[in-house]
Amino acid sequence: MVKALTHGNMFTRLSCLVMGIGNIVCGQITKGIIYLLAEAAFIYFMITNGIHCLAMLPGLGDRQQGEVWNDALGVYEYVKGDNSLIILLYGIATLFVCAAFVIFWRSNVKSAYEQQLKKEAGRHINSFAEDIKSLFDENLHKLLMTLPVAGILTFTIVPLVFMIAMAFTNYSKIDSHLVLFDWVGLENFKQLFNAGGSLGKNFWSVLLWTIVWAVLATGLNYVLGMLLAILINRKGTKLKGLWRFVFILSIAVPQFVSLLVIRSMLTQDGIINVMLKNAGWIEKALPFFTNATWARITVVVVNLWVGIPYTMMQVTGILQNIPQEIYEAADVDGANGFVKFFKITLPYMLFVTTPYLITTFTANINNFNIVYLLTKGDPVMAGDTAGKTDLLVTWLYKLTVDYQYYNLGAVIGIMTFILLAVGSLLVYRRTKSYKDEEGFQ
Amino acid sequence: MKKKKIARNVVAHFVLSILGIIWVSPLFWIILTSFRAQKGAYTSSFFPKQYTLDNYVKLFTDTNILNFPRMFTNTLVVAVFSCIISTFFVLSVAYCMSRLRFRLRKPMMNIAMILGLFPAFMAMVAVYYILKAIGLSEGAMIRVALVLVYSGSAGIQFYIAKGFFDTVPKSIDEAARIDGATRWQVFTRITIPLSKPIIVYTVLTSFIAPWVDFIFARVICRANANYYTVAIGLWQMLEKEYVDNWYTCFAAGAVCISIPIAVLFIIMQRCYNDSMSGAVKG
Repeated sequence: MVKALTHGNMFTRLSCLVMGIGNIVCGQITKGIIYLLAEAAFIYFMITNGIHCLAMLPGLGDRQQGEVWNDALGVYEYVKGDNSLIILLYGIATLFVCAAFVIFWRSNVKSAYEQQLKKEAGRHINSFAEDIKSLFDENLHKLLMTLPVAGILTFTIVPLVFMIAMAFTNYSKIDSHLVLFDWVGLENFKQLFNAGGSLGKNFWSVLLWTIVWAVLATGLNYVLGMLLAILINRKGTKLKGLWRFVFILSIAVPQFVSLLVIRSMLTQDGIINVMLKNAGWIEKALPFFTNATWARITVVVVNLWVGIPYTMMQVTGILQNIPQEIYEAADVDGANGFVKFFKITLPYMLFVTTPYLITTFTANINNFNIVYLLTKGDPVMAGDTAGKTDLLVTWLYKLTVDYQYYNLGAVIGIMTFILLAVGSLLVYRRTKSYKDEEGFQ
Repeated sequence: MKKKKIARNVVAHFVLSILGIIWVSPLFWIILTSFRAQKGAYTSSFFPKQYTLDNYVKLFTDTNILNFPRMFTNTLVVAVFSCIISTFFVLSVAYCMSRLRFRLRKPMMNIAMILGLFPAFMAMVAVYYILKAIGLSEGAMIRVALVLVYSGSAGIQFYIAKGFFDTVPKSIDEAARIDGATRWQVFTRITIPLSKPIIVYTVLTSFIAPWVDFIFARVICRANANYYTVAIGLWQMLEKEYVDNWYTCFAAGAVCISIPIAVLFIIMQRCYNDSMSGAVKG
């Protein structure tokens, strides 16, 4: 890039200002015109919209919507106020457009310099048709990646940046900042970390429960699922296929269906309580969802129902790969089944399935379905925004959708991300499959 | 010794049967409920007193309040289109990441991993406003919006397919390149035909997604009941104002949706296992 500016000829340097001119001079007329048109379109966009959007970004607008007395006409006129949300969104989108333009501009200068060098050396300069052709060969990645990357940009990255930006504003129903809001810096984070305030208290208890939940859910599912797989795989068991089918069936059914069904079975006058009452085992209905401790245990147990078959499915194949000689040696030494499981099976499996464990741990921290569909985070103490079974994700959902505290929701999203990133990214990078992608080819 | 073995087998089968019953009973119960004549969520016994088909009839004919057939077609249309787009996206990205070497490859893989750590719906409010800004939040455009929401960023889930492409021997590609094939031809004529299990897996995962998601659908559809998908519809039937009249219909709807989805899921699982064992055997 620097080389292009220092060693480039007049046209290469000129193409920093008038994009595409280097290409046109070297005979790549179509390509040059495309560059030129892109520049024109960008300038047009910036003049009509872009500059305005960027200029509004630091202040996020301050005109109230309302009626203003118009002296000349003698009437109240309706004035459209600023909508900070739209300003923020358009501002961020404009930033991305600018970034895209800078990348395009760089590629233009580079391409101009390349053609210049080729021309000077007397080498062949690609025609437009040849450029297109190269998209199917050496530049295939450009052809294949453009659309998916554009999709990811618009539907994941821009919205994420937008939400992260929101964490630093006061966009929330509190003090009715739903239309006009401002940047507030780290105020929301302070509010959340302050264990004295009601929000802070909620935050720390939800965070603690999320971690306890993720450890419990991941660990129990893993060990019990493995035991189930061993039980099915053992030599004496008949009808292995049938058993596997029975357990897989429960996860083949859409989760929202099975969880809603289980919820309706476990309510105060749900079928489980009714049956237990009819049998005379209990007097009063069991408080599956109304008592905090009961609700937490219910969520973990129901998650076993969902998770054990998953683990079973994942580990069945790997279990069969454990060398049988180790077990035979253990038999000779007189080890019982218990010792064999904890000394051989579990260490081997932990070694092989670390990435799987990390993925499930991540999935459990982000496990929205099970909590939201089962308990909706209930029971909620009066005055709290978070219930006793709420995870960070379900609390995030409630804060944004039910309470419209968008800024706090965004902060919690960021915290969830940090929680996950710190843990898993380090371990991911240590796994063999990442370091040694082409190891077994 | 032999007696001990038999005893053990009996215990093992006994435990498995108990577990099996626990695992199947919610499913069994919803099927029973879907044939129950008595309305309402409350019931006094596990087995219904009278059986009927009315719940299914009502589900498909009573379209005034909750129009299940229309929800079904909505979901089907959305699922088909988003499945086509996602499959294309996932396969392209996975192939590039696995086979082509370009400058931004590793950074892009890292970014994808980082993005995967954010709660998926953290950004959904923003997605809604983006869709609104490009005019896709009203009327029939909601279907387009749903398709885009489910498939737009599908490319990010390339990891499993990439893992599969990694197992396709490179020597085949190289042989084809020597014979003068372009990379595009290698992709379409060699890699794709060798990748049937992973393609079926990708197609099915993306086809199933709209049927089972209700978070995004709810945010995008809001009050536009005309464009509801089945997941929101079924969720709606359990809300306070509908549950007494619609509980058994919910069961019927759940059965209707679950059976095809379960079949697809089991096929998908089979393909997943096939693809894990690699592309070219031998």
